[in-house]
Amino acid sequence: MSHVRTVYLDNNATTQTAAEVVASMLPFFAEYYGNPSSMHSFGGQVKARIDTARQQMASLLGADPEEIIFTSCGTESDNTALMSSLRSYPNKRHVVTTRVEHPAVLNCCQDLARRGYEVTFLPVDRQGNLDLNQVEDAIRDDTAIVSVMWANNETGVVFPVPEIAAMAKAKGAVFHTDAVQAVGKVPISLKDTQIDMLALSGHKLHTPKGVGVLYVRKGTPFVPYIMGGHQEHGRRAGTENVPYIIGIGRAAQLAQERMNDENTRVKALRDRLEQGLLKVEATMVNGDPARRLPNTSNVSFEYVEGESILLMLSDLGVCASSGSACTSGSLEPSHVLRAMGVPFTAAHGSIRFSLSYYNTDKDIDHVLKHMPEIITRLRQISPFWKKAQQTAKACATPGWTAP
Amino acid sequence: MWEYTDKVKKYFTEPVNVGEVENPDGVGEVGSLACGDALKLTFKLDELGRIADAKFQTFGCASAIASSSALTELIKGKTLEEAEKVTNKDIAEYLGGLPKEKMHCSVMGEQALTAAIRNYRGLEPLPSEEGEVVCQCFGVTDKEIERVARENGLHTVEEITNYTKAGGGCGTCVDKIAELLAKIWSEPVQATAPKAAPVPKKKLTNIQKIKLIEETLEREVRPALRADGGDIELIDIDGDKVMVSLRGTCSSCAASQATLGQFVQSKLREFVTPELSVEEVKP
Repeated sequence: MSHVRTVYLDNNATTQTAAEVVASMLPFFAEYYGNPSSMHSFGGQVKARIDTARQQMASLLGADPEEIIFTSCGTESDNTALMSSLRSYPNKRHVVTTRVEHPAVLNCCQDLARRGYEVTFLPVDRQGNLDLNQVEDAIRDDTAIVSVMWANNETGVVFPVPEIAAMAKAKGAVFHTDAVQAVGKVPISLKDTQIDMLALSGHKLHTPKGVGVLYVRKGTPFVPYIMGGHQEHGRRAGTENVPYIIGIGRAAQLAQERMNDENTRVKALRDRLEQGLLKVEATMVNGDPARRLPNTSNVSFEYVEGESILLMLSDLGVCASSGSACTSGSLEPSHVLRAMGVPFTAAHGSIRFSLSYYNTDKDIDHVLKHMPEIITRLRQISPFWKKAQQTAKACATPGWTAP
Repeated sequence: MWEYTDKVKKYFTEPVNVGEVENPDGVGEVGSLACGDALKLTFKLDELGRIADAKFQTFGCASAIASSSALTELIKGKTLEEAEKVTNKDIAEYLGGLPKEKMHCSVMGEQALTAAIRNYRGLEPLPSEEGEVVCQCFGVTDKEIERVARENGLHTVEEITNYTKAGGGCGTCVDKIAELLAKIWSEPVQATAPKAAPVPKKKLTNIQKIKLIEETLEREVRPALRADGGDIELIDIDGDKVMVSLRGTCSSCAASQATLGQFVQSKLREFVTPELSVEEVKP
């Protein structure tokens, strides 16, 4: 489409498909088209490959293969988890979640609230962290499900999900986590936790779009969301999306191999990018730097608007995201930054950079070379920048000397 | 990704007439940091009363910057009587059209022009007492909604949000806008977004409440006010009644002083407790 080199730093939105994943999928588009449910061996060999994919995914999550359900996407997994718990415990009418969830959980919970359920939306502090005492207090005897994301998609802030799962368990509530951003970056061993359900998405793990996973711990009451055939042990009806299931299995293997790289080399790239960006005047990082995914950096450039920055970056081949209102139809800035109490001056000018295994030093150099110039240009147009500088100058005016 | 015309892209990447005219005859400021976009327009007249020069400063997205450029190009060389006839539609047309969600950028241009001409004539920036505020998040009055609806033939709440932002914040005024539209066009109109669920909160002690109010003012309210040269001071708290004094004006915001009070109230209700009411007192 364009001649400029693409520098892809929007991996929390979606990731580059891995060549290894695509290669694993190809035979299942044409050659191995059998139905895994068929009695004949032509279909049976496909079933065997799905079982392998299930094992690969279970290995990444530290779970048993029979605890893995393949779905169409992360959103389906999240919705299934919430609905299943509410149907399993019809007398429990309370749900606990957070104000910073992905829309896959947040909008679902807002809908539940409109339909008569009581939903507690837990707040976060300025750093994006939850108050664990408040979490514990919020869980009641009539709480059907506690749903707390593992890592935030906008800021990368990681919640202490295993601890919260233990709190939910102690009060007899089902615990679900949207781990779409965490899987492959945070080491996860579900058998060592009390997490009942976990959702993840393939396209955040270098598969093409159209496949997800719901982990359901053995013994957790479960009601399917999609009714029909007996596929996925009767827990998710519909003929299997075979090539994509094979693909997400391969992706799980790759994620396991690359987890260390994500937490060392990719993290170092992110840190270098962030340090470089912070050299620009009037910038700040959103989200607790000490409890964050290794790949995510959310930086606010005050007095400029995010969409303008993104479009200028886009002309240079750089892909990123913004919490600005103008990038969405909603006209209010990101619900995550607002919940954190990020001031308006900064929320409108927030840019999220999210890296992956495929990023290099050259990518970071490219952004650091051009970003200061973009911000300077936009600030020259902004009516607030000069005003802010004058105020700053006025405050720094000498007139009082230290004794 | 928004579908911008080549002209929008051009006027965004290479904006014309950026800056401030020296010793301007008219200055118009609309919007604010809190609202997400803002425009300051300055112009100078020649001896024949024609706009000799016009410049802008804009905080906002690509279409806001492009709309500002277009506005200055449109009014240059015009007398004030001619310039007054420029509407948001002319701005959008000049740019070869804007995505419907971005029409409010062209409306901001028209408002800045009105404010600048009124400033030249020694009037308040915007006809302030006109109408009742319907959208508290963005300070949009019923009169403004009616004008924009009639000028642009808007029939749905979604269109009103796209053009004026009204209803695009907390969403509580959506029903009111629908009623208003029904009255304007004398036909029933469907509301779009349902109300967001309120956040249940624990009962706060007075000390906790005061602390939370102070924190919220500092974090949520002051930065937005200070950017516009205003400030706020907490005077007293009596039960759920919060008394504040506002200083300076949020002059550039379409929001009047009354709206400002409502902005403070909505922030305190969101971050402290929904029962609060804000009362403005003189310091």
